[in-house]
Formats: sequence, C-alpha cells, structure tokens
Amino acid sequence: MYAAARDGQAGRNGDDMGKGRYGIHGGQYIPEALMNELNNLEESYEHYKNDPAFRQELNTLLNEYAGRPSRLYYAEKMTKELGGAKIYLKREDLNHTGSHKINNVLGQALLAKKMGKTRLIAETGAGQHGVATATAAALFGMECEIFMGKEDTQRQALNVYRMELLGAKVHPVTSGTQTLKDAVNACMREWTCRVEDTMYVLGSVMGPHPFPMIVRDFQSVIGCEAKRQILEKEGRLPAAVVACVGGGSNSMGMFYDFIEEEGVELIGCEAAGKGVDTAFTAATIATGSIGIFHGMKSYFCQDEYGQIAPVYSISAGLDYPGIGPEHAYLHDTGRARYVPVTDDEAVDAFEYLARTEGIICAVESAHAVAHVRKTAGNYRPNQSIIICLSGRGDKDVAAIARYRGVDIHE
Amino acid sequence: MNNPMKERLSFEKVFDAPDKKAFIAFLTAGDPGPDSTVSFILEMERAGADMIEIGIPFSDPTAEGAVVQEANVRALKGGMTTDGVFEIVRRVRESSRIPLVFVTYANPVFHYGYERFFTRCEELDVSGVVIPDMPFEEKRELEEPAKRHRVAVISVISPASGSRIRMISGEAGGFIYVAPFSDPAEVRGSSDNEEKHFMELETVVRSIRESTDVPCAIDFGMGAPGQAEKMAAISDGAIAGSAVVKIIAEHGTESAPELYRYVRKMKNAIAGR
Repeated sequence: MYAAARDGQAGRNGDDMGKGRYGIHGGQYIPEALMNELNNLEESYEHYKNDPAFRQELNTLLNEYAGRPSRLYYAEKMTKELGGAKIYLKREDLNHTGSHKINNVLGQALLAKKMGKTRLIAETGAGQHGVATATAAALFGMECEIFMGKEDTQRQALNVYRMELLGAKVHPVTSGTQTLKDAVNACMREWTCRVEDTMYVLGSVMGPHPFPMIVRDFQSVIGCEAKRQILEKEGRLPAAVVACVGGGSNSMGMFYDFIEEEGVELIGCEAAGKGVDTAFTAATIATGSIGIFHGMKSYFCQDEYGQIAPVYSISAGLDYPGIGPEHAYLHDTGRARYVPVTDDEAVDAFEYLARTEGIICAVESAHAVAHVRKTAGNYRPNQSIIICLSGRGDKDVAAIARYRGVDIHE
Repeated sequence: MNNPMKERLSFEKVFDAPDKKAFIAFLTAGDPGPDSTVSFILEMERAGADMIEIGIPFSDPTAEGAVVQEANVRALKGGMTTDGVFEIVRRVRESSRIPLVFVTYANPVFHYGYERFFTRCEELDVSGVVIPDMPFEEKRELEEPAKRHRVAVISVISPASGSRIRMISGEAGGFIYVAPFSDPAEVRGSSDNEEKHFMELETVVRSIRESTDVPCAIDFGMGAPGQAEKMAAISDGAIAGSAVVKIIAEHGTESAPELYRYVRKMKNAIAGR
C-alpha cells in the first residue's frame, strides 16, 4: 500500500492546540456526541495503517478491483500545441467508478469492515464520491445511504441512478443551498444520530481530525505512483504538479509525496465560477477568510458575520465553500500555490482535451487542464508538468451541452 | 474552570434551591423578527422561565434538528446578524435581569473576534455561551477571553460521552448542558426508544454528579410536559430546546400568549404542581 507509506504529519503544531493541526488549521470542531467515535476511528486507523494484512488487502483491492496503478500518459499533441513543458496526465479517470474517489473509499470501507461497521454513509457533490461509496458498499455487502444536495441530484441525475443501481439509498438534501455543504451537514447529523453500526465515509481531505489525514493518506497513492512513473519516463522530477481543488482530495493525494521535493511547484486550481470578483464563485483561497466550519479551522467563503456564503461553480464537485486544512497550511507557508479558474476556461479546456487528446475528462479536472493550457508555454521543453486528471467526464456531457446552448437531457 | 463570583451568582439564581428545578427556554434570535424576540423573552420571563437561551443564527446549524434549522433560515432571511442579536439583548436589558445564555456555532463567534464578542457579553450581562461545535478539546482558544469577561463556556455532554464525562465535568463552569443524540420526539419516536433514552440520560446525570457539583440541565427538545418533568426530576432543570421554536414557527409575531401558556404549563409540570 502506498497510502500511509509516510507517517501522518497532522499535529505538527500540536502543543497548545488539539489534535490534527496543520499550522493553525484543522482540529476537531465537532459536537461532543461524535468525539468518542472520532477517537475510536483514529485509534483504529493508527492500528490498521501499520497492519501488514490490512495493507495487503487494500493493495489487492486497489490493484485488482480499482485498476491501479493508474497510467501516467504523455499528452504529446497537447505538449506540441502548447509549446513548453512536456505534459503528462495522471489518469485517475481510468480507475473503476471513473475517478480518484475510489482510492479513499476502498480504504475507508475496509477500515469500516475491520471496525465491525455494517453501514456506510457519505455526502456527495458531483456524485463521484457517492458512486464510489455505493460501489464499495455493494462489494463489502454493507448498507449504504448517500446524502446529496437536491440541486446536485438534478445536475447529476445519472449518478443518482447509478448509486441506486448499486443498492444505495440516495437522500436529496433540501436545506440551505441544496449543494455539497448541505449534504455534508445532513450526513454529519445522520452520523450523530447513529454511530454504533455506521461509518461516515468522508470524501475529501476535510472535516474534523482524523479525516483530513486518513483521506490524504489513502489518496497519496496518486502522487507516489506519479513520482515513480515520471522518474521512469523522464529521469527527473516534474517542474510542477497541477490538480483541481474543491475540498482538495485529488490535489492533496497528488501533492503529498512531492511536498518534500522543493523544486516541484504544487499548483491547486480552484473553481472561480463566473469570476473571483463576482458573487458566483467557489474560489476559497482567492476570496475566503479563516473560519471554523465542518469540523475544521481553515479558509472559507463567508460574510462579515461568519455566515457561510453560498458558492457557485459549474462543477458540482468543486462547489464547496471551504478547503481542506492541509491545503490551507500549504497556502500559508507558500509551499503550494492556488489559482482561480473560471467556468468558461474550464469548459474550453474540457472541449480542448476531448479534441486534442481524445479524452473527455471531468469538468472538475478540466480546471487543472485550463491552468496548464495558460502556463505550459512558460516552461522549457526539458521540463515536465503532471496534471491530475481526477475523473472522467461522461457525467458532465449533458451539462456542458446545456452550457453551450444545446438542449440535451440524460 | 473556576467560577468567578459574578458568574456563580447568575447561575445560582437559576438553580438556586435543592428542591427547585429550573425551566430554560431556547429561541432563535430574529425569528420572525427582532421586536418579536424581545417581547417573547420578556413574556417567557413573566411566565416563569428561569433562564433564556438565545440562539445566534448560523447559516449551517449542523447540530440542530429540522425545527431549529428552519428558524435559523428565517432569522437570517430577515437580516439578523450578531450585532442585531446584541441589540436585542440590549433592549431586553432595559427592563429585565433574567439570566441569559447564547447558543451558537464556533464560526460566528470566531469571526466576530473572541475578545470583542465576550466584551459585549459582559456589558450586556450574558452569563454564558453554548457552542456545540467547540468540544472539550477545542474550547481552550475561547476560554481565556471568556473567563476574562466572566462569561461561562458551557460544556455539552451527550449520552455518547461515556468515559469523557469525568474529564468534561471536571472543567465545567456555569451549568452542564445535557444534549440527547437527537430529539426523540422529532426523529425516531417509539415508546420503547423513549424508555431506553431516559435510562441513558439517568446514567449520564449520575456520572456527572459523581464528578462535579456544577448543576446540569437536560434538553428535552419538543417533548410533552410529562417528559420535561421526568428530565427535571433526575437533573437540575429542563431545557425546551425546540418546543418554543416550534410554537414561534406556528404563531409567528402572535406567539406571545401561546408562549406564556406553554411556559406556565411547563413550569408547573416540572415543579410537580
């Protein structure tokens, strides 16, 4: 197992603060009713991550079931057209269920099984994490309930049906903005009411400790593989690794093994929606401020009284008003850089990648592609850039068509 | 945490005699409007409420059931802000000394600034804050400024707290807020569950009593007078966590007479009258 190959670094600054800190960020800002369960989860994770049998079992699942390792594909046409760094795509879109989400879900579901849980619950935005969780539940013979904002169930109707096919029950969440943050709220509430047999399979590097650490460890397989693969192909590290950031799980997974490689730029692409100077944006680092929400201290889009702002992006998976605490820390220290990418740029990049490389990627991942389109030319031809192609775009085709004024419905 | 003198006095007023049980009512500030909130608080005081918990609305009240969530939405839609809530309290204080506690989430307080927030609390004689998403492990960052301004950070204990009860009670100030998992009347309401639920709470209270003499009150959500009576009988008081909010949701600006009747009825019930 690549995951947890390195020791978790949560708690770097833990003297006067609680557990799970990344600088000032992170922590466990969660109702008392969940504290014992979080401690229980942390203990179990700390035990199993070093258990050879667990690691072997997870590795087998990742390789035989999810199709790992994922390819590092040299995008030659794109490289030639953009004229600069050699561009590589880390093909998480080719994983079983079509995105990086399966890496984390298999890890957490296996952990849940070891802990004696029989029921998985999860939030989902675009539906990718929900589909992955429903898949794992089917595989492990567990009950599964997915919480999804009502607006997202409409944007991603196909994924709702997919989850139901896999045996999950999907709850459309009608409170608040009816998107990802409200799905998280509903899922946390559900977990508070029923922890004995239930594992909350959190989908991103967010929430209270130990989730940001667990999800990061399980996703770090992306960067570990990419590092080995690029060294095989290029004989040197990339100049930059680029990934989209909502909560930040694919980017954290991609970045983690490169953090210690100071020559490698880490670039996270946030969803700017209609632009960071408009109210229709989800770019947390660009427009947010420090706050406490969803169990963690981090950056959030919020108003002057700390009310969480409604956010917007064409991408349901990036339509979240916060960012994982380790990203917040990487931003504070300057180790990673976060750039906003608009809907327009992402949709252009979505179409560009389809035309140029014959790959229809998730609109989330297209945010990373868009940034590289703009900047590849600034690098030399003997340098390389890795884009994390976090998911495939089948789910987005109808929405992109509508964005272009073509009236198709799934 | 040591109880500073003033804080102790304020809570002693609420839980003053061994044979008296406190009745504590929660409402969301600004639902349906600031004028209503002021008059509802005064009306409930007149009806015999011993303390009022004022909810500062938050966009994402993750620990709340549907009834209180909706009240938060209504209050924010009506333009309620943290400053607006302080203004409500200022108006209440023009004619009332009733003990008051704020209930809100970490972010509005953090964002307002701990020092600034607790300074305002002290000026307006707000005795404590309940912040459900600030558990024992995280409360230190606001405890210092709260203590400096003689505001108690109220500890929440849940039936799931188990072995944590001793640790939490050991540092508790003001009173202890016993919060059931979820509102049994709102969620899964079979009588079997209710009995199990009640026995759980009895165990929780017993553990608290073994660790501290700080009083404890139980949130009975929307339960009937009988339930409130049972909760108060095993603890030092009963908290109407969503019943008052539900009345306000039904009667809007005209809730005052209904609230008066409700609080009287509950006060009588828990006093065994």
